[in-house]
Amino acid sequence: MRNERDFPSAGGAGAAQGVGARLPRKEDDRLMRGRGQFVADIRLAGLQEVAFVRSPLAHALIREIHVPHRHRASVFTAADLAGVKPIRAVSGLPGFKISEQPVLATGKVRQVGELVAMCVAPTRAGAEDIAAAVTLDLEDLPAVYDMRKAREPGSALVHEHWGDNVFLETNFEVDISSALDAPIRVSREISTARQCMSPLEGRGVVATFDHRLDQLTLYSGAQMPHITRNGLSDCLGMEQGRIRIISPDVGGGFGHKGILLPEEVCLSWLTMRRGHPVRWTEDRREHLTASSNCREHHYNITVYADRDGRLRGIDCEATVDSGAYSSYPFSACLEAAQVASILPGPYLMPAYRCRTFSVATNKCPILPYRGVARTGVCFALELMLDLVAAEAGLEPGEVRLRNLVRPEQMPFDNITNKHFDSGDYPEAMRRALTAVDVESVRARQRKGEADGRRIGVGISIYCEQGAHGTSVYSGWGIPMVPGHEQASARLTPDGGLELRVGVHSHGQGMETTLAQVAHEVLGVDVARVHLILGDTAMTPYSTGTWGSRSMVMAGGAVATACRELGERAKRIGAKLLQHDPASVVLQNGEVRGVNGSVTLKEIAYTWYRRPQDLPADVDPGGLEVTSGYKPQRDSGTFSYAAHAVVVAVDPDLGDVEILDYVIVEDGGVLVNPMVVDGQIYGGLAQGIGTALYEEMPFDAAGQPLATTLADYLLPGPTEVPMPRLDHMETPSPYTQFGVKGIGEGGAIAPPAAIANAVNDALRPLGVELMQSPITPYRVVEAILAARDAERPAA
Amino acid sequence: MKPAPFGYERPRDLQAALAVLAEADASAKIIAGGQSLGPMLNLRLVEPQLIVDITGLAELKQVERRGDELVLGACVTHADIEDGRIPDVTHGAMRDVAGNIAYRAVRNRGTVGGSLSHADPSADWVSALSALDAKLTLRSLAGPRTVTMQDFIVGALESALRAGEIVESIHVPAMPASAHWGYVKACRKTGEFAHAIGAIMIDPSAATARVVIGAIDSAPIVITNAAELFGGRVAGNYKERFDERVADAILAKAGVANAVHRHIHVNVLKHAVREAAAWA
Repeated sequence: MRNERDFPSAGGAGAAQGVGARLPRKEDDRLMRGRGQFVADIRLAGLQEVAFVRSPLAHALIREIHVPHRHRASVFTAADLAGVKPIRAVSGLPGFKISEQPVLATGKVRQVGELVAMCVAPTRAGAEDIAAAVTLDLEDLPAVYDMRKAREPGSALVHEHWGDNVFLETNFEVDISSALDAPIRVSREISTARQCMSPLEGRGVVATFDHRLDQLTLYSGAQMPHITRNGLSDCLGMEQGRIRIISPDVGGGFGHKGILLPEEVCLSWLTMRRGHPVRWTEDRREHLTASSNCREHHYNITVYADRDGRLRGIDCEATVDSGAYSSYPFSACLEAAQVASILPGPYLMPAYRCRTFSVATNKCPILPYRGVARTGVCFALELMLDLVAAEAGLEPGEVRLRNLVRPEQMPFDNITNKHFDSGDYPEAMRRALTAVDVESVRARQRKGEADGRRIGVGISIYCEQGAHGTSVYSGWGIPMVPGHEQASARLTPDGGLELRVGVHSHGQGMETTLAQVAHEVLGVDVARVHLILGDTAMTPYSTGTWGSRSMVMAGGAVATACRELGERAKRIGAKLLQHDPASVVLQNGEVRGVNGSVTLKEIAYTWYRRPQDLPADVDPGGLEVTSGYKPQRDSGTFSYAAHAVVVAVDPDLGDVEILDYVIVEDGGVLVNPMVVDGQIYGGLAQGIGTALYEEMPFDAAGQPLATTLADYLLPGPTEVPMPRLDHMETPSPYTQFGVKGIGEGGAIAPPAAIANAVNDALRPLGVELMQSPITPYRVVEAILAARDAERPAA
Repeated sequence: MKPAPFGYERPRDLQAALAVLAEADASAKIIAGGQSLGPMLNLRLVEPQLIVDITGLAELKQVERRGDELVLGACVTHADIEDGRIPDVTHGAMRDVAGNIAYRAVRNRGTVGGSLSHADPSADWVSALSALDAKLTLRSLAGPRTVTMQDFIVGALESALRAGEIVESIHVPAMPASAHWGYVKACRKTGEFAHAIGAIMIDPSAATARVVIGAIDSAPIVITNAAELFGGRVAGNYKERFDERVADAILAKAGVANAVHRHIHVNVLKHAVREAAAWA
């Protein structure tokens, strides 16, 4: 297995630069030297800073907002923003209840941190001083703080006009009655905690009005600028031609930056009202208390199996705590409805029933965080499969191998009509089991540890749908459906290449990887390929970067545009070589015939500077091409990975230490394996956060309790081990080069693998942990409870 | 997260600082390393009218060995101790504690006096200096007074400092060569605040033991005569004699009602006892 510390030397003249090259990222030169330009770095003349008055209560009627007279000109409330429409994200799924999110609170507040008033001053400190002087007259209402209590009759209502607190209920069933006579039947309640995504850079917005272009310009750290433009146009009632979104360098998104924010709407309104640029940057307290909640699931799940561990079916009721508002564009339907469609995992499933509830509570809206519902689903499913293994007297790995979809069955349509495109799931699991050496762990467990700690091994496996297409997303009926993806490719007069794409990098390294795709097709040196991203004025429309789609969709579009560009270059080159156009080839940046070659640079020079030398039938479109692309099937790609982990659990202190972590992943053909490794490491860190550290608890008044990083614990370098990575590469049959979406996987499997390992370590003590995060307190509590349960009654 | 407006003064000598503090009384806050006060200002947990910067006071950076004790000025930083820039009368115990406080960046600026004045129950010096039987000299315009660590730490974030009074120096008794030291803390993450601390200075040859259980959401439990934890007698085999049930009862009596917390605290103390037994 490759030791990831010893990267082969990369780059340099003549080294491979196309698909598969481990090129160092071009963007790292500026990012690592502090020369990146993030929203907080932007300087504009006359720019002032905004701070918000946010609701201190989770659920209350607004009786009055008191603005001191001296601040009247600097404070704005909903009454001032008349004409600005609320944010509205409605799903077309049957029964979805409609609600709206006013950009500044109107009538009542529904979450701690909800925007109530906007304050502007020359400095952020000054704006905060003004905000501190504004007082709110709020009448407390009972808080809806628990998603299951929220469904009890008599609960307070987040949106009164609904009559209950359920955004959406879904039901799916295939043949569950056939499973009910199964000899093995295991039932549990399993839950994952609410989290905050915590990208290194918070959200931020600079709004300004460009009078020359008659255009509102919004700089925003956004994953999907064109979608932001759609939403902003709706809320402001402004035509899109008068709105420009520019997303500069973005320091991590993970889904948090894929949402239209009320702050974006407010600042857009403000700059047009005040006539000068304005900025708001999200500080860490705002991020933790008012913003990016994710991950809170609860499962009541029963798994049916035969004595040999083969699955007969799953029956589940799942609840997702969706917070107060339906966020744009994904809506409050997505996470819970997705649970139902992916709970069968990568397994053969003869029967299945799943009911889901997306529940409204007085918390921030739930947002799709790296992996989305898949992390919770993998957690629930994989913990249950270990329990099935225990009942069947089998190794957990054996149960997986007996149930995983097999390579000869690919492509495979599963019980929820997911079309798995390609892969060898059992091989990934076999490799992971071998690498982690389950046998030696069992021997070690039998021997015991000198320090009294208990060793355990845990596994998990998942497959991840990426690059969801039109048919998948149109079913949700939300304000965003991806279609064809476009890319523009243009040779410059001196033979460089400019690419314009509508996706946006927020850590994926697309300035490098998409250049590698272009290099693969055209042979232009990566150093001379320039990506233009993130600006709605300069790039084709795209739904943006989400759902592990960018390489499949934008990479496919770049390849398509470059191929067309190459064809046009060949015809010009053939004329310059006085050669039959049908028999020249494009290779390594040159058009070659039997009697010579001409470079793309010379061809470009001819088109731009010496049109008199062009062939009479030259394509008038020249050396600038915009092409659209979709994979052959739009049912998405399926990357997958098996994770295996060995832990040591300290029964004295409850600490969990990761001793070994193995990941066997298959992301199809990898454009830049080094970038992919980086994404896996980052995803692993987040998965460890979910498994052991991160939790945003709420009290009965709906108050978020982990309000600083002293309480909201994020894994750091001392908490994340160096994993041992193995790669398989099963191309997708449907995409360019066989690439698949790979960005989210690292964050999906770790909580399940780590929980299974902890339970493996502690099962002899009668302990079973069925929730994330697994904290020292919960470990000790479970050990003490199991000990008490064993004692004979006094 | 920006502070509310405040005035700022950086006095040149201790008398001037004391005079400023006496005048400003409750509406002034002292800043030394800023590692606790900085975040509190940013979060607007405190909004002082005046911040008095004491980092210019040479009197507070002095260190000297005086007879049987080391006298440290309040503005000595954790890094000064970690890096060995000051004499060590504790055979390395203080250096070990210092080197594990938070993160190096914090240690470069954070001061011993500041940490003690803040009196966070999870702070390392609060527990460690209690175990080392340190005393503090406090000074105001009215003059100096000396208090023990137990009398100084009154409760969570509550010290015995009176208005206009400042920690001037810390007196650490020289640890006998025959004493053993153990200091263990449980943290969720490297560098974060401890949720349980166990500290022990035990001298079997003198049959004495001083035990501190810290990070219990109030002032630490300081047991000056810890024989009861060792079956009534501090002897060479104290590791084996350590009685968890006595430790548990002490914690319960001190108000730690939660059995899980007590379990962790007792085990952290047990680990500290083991560490002391391995002190050579």
